[in-house]
Amino acid sequence: MKSNMARSWWWKITALALLFFTYYEGFLGEIPRMPILNETIRNLYFHVTMWMAMLVLMICNAFYGILYLNKSDLYFDLVADESARIAMVFGIAGLLTGMVWANYTWGAPWVNDPQLNGTAASLLIYAAYFILRNAIPDDSKRARLSAVYGIFAFVMMIVFIMVLPKMTDSLHPGKGGNPGFNKYDLDANMRMVFYPAVIAWTLLGVWMMSLRVRIRKIEWKNEDQ
Amino acid sequence: MKKNLTLLSIVMISRSTAFAQEVEMADTMRSEGKIYVVVAVAFLSLAILSFYMIRIERKVTKLEKEMKK
Repeated sequence: MKSNMARSWWWKITALALLFFTYYEGFLGEIPRMPILNETIRNLYFHVTMWMAMLVLMICNAFYGILYLNKSDLYFDLVADESARIAMVFGIAGLLTGMVWANYTWGAPWVNDPQLNGTAASLLIYAAYFILRNAIPDDSKRARLSAVYGIFAFVMMIVFIMVLPKMTDSLHPGKGGNPGFNKYDLDANMRMVFYPAVIAWTLLGVWMMSLRVRIRKIEWKNEDQ
Repeated sequence: MKKNLTLLSIVMISRSTAFAQEVEMADTMRSEGKIYVVVAVAFLSLAILSFYMIRIERKVTKLEKEMKK
């Protein structure tokens, strides 16, 4: 991200405004009346959006990894590292919020579901990303190896959370031919809140990431002096 | 046969709508207006988060400007 983009306000204010919109509609908006789910369907705006934000930040990680491999500029490695960090924050938030929701709709915080195990596995793969980074003292070597690993990890994550759960049975909607929530997939009202909510959380994540990148850049300059 | 089918579909449609209304939602909480208490608290926490994010943003911008000098 170019530094003037990182410093401009419009997308940050958009993020905050959309977050307020999400909270307002999240509590007061129209939702379909469905058994078992009842009011908890509102979690769509607060739980599923965590995963969407994580996914975008992980794409960022893989993208900047490729950029680093092309250009060998350590700045790209920095962005890749920080995107993975904030993505982990959102991933853990998604996991914890999912556990609370599952406890009340599926009867247990952790059911043996391919989607859940897949996400846990992909979070562990990304945990290994940070361990790999910490293990290599040399800057450019660390950047190169972690970029390659990041691309690999991203592909694995797509397989674990988007491909495998669709092929087997999962309690999650739209997976393994589960008709469970088809109604809300089609609910136009919820869509009009869900998409802005995804944008809101993603922009907040990108904002957090860009702040960390800028702080690290200041640290670099301090070390140089 | 056709009559039976239409009758059956009418019964099924009416059953499904009856079922939809039976689903228990937090209607009491809404009618009492207590939901606005929840919204107020959620907005307050979000406002504090926004305020803090903007503060960090300003701080980092200030540091960047100092570094340039």
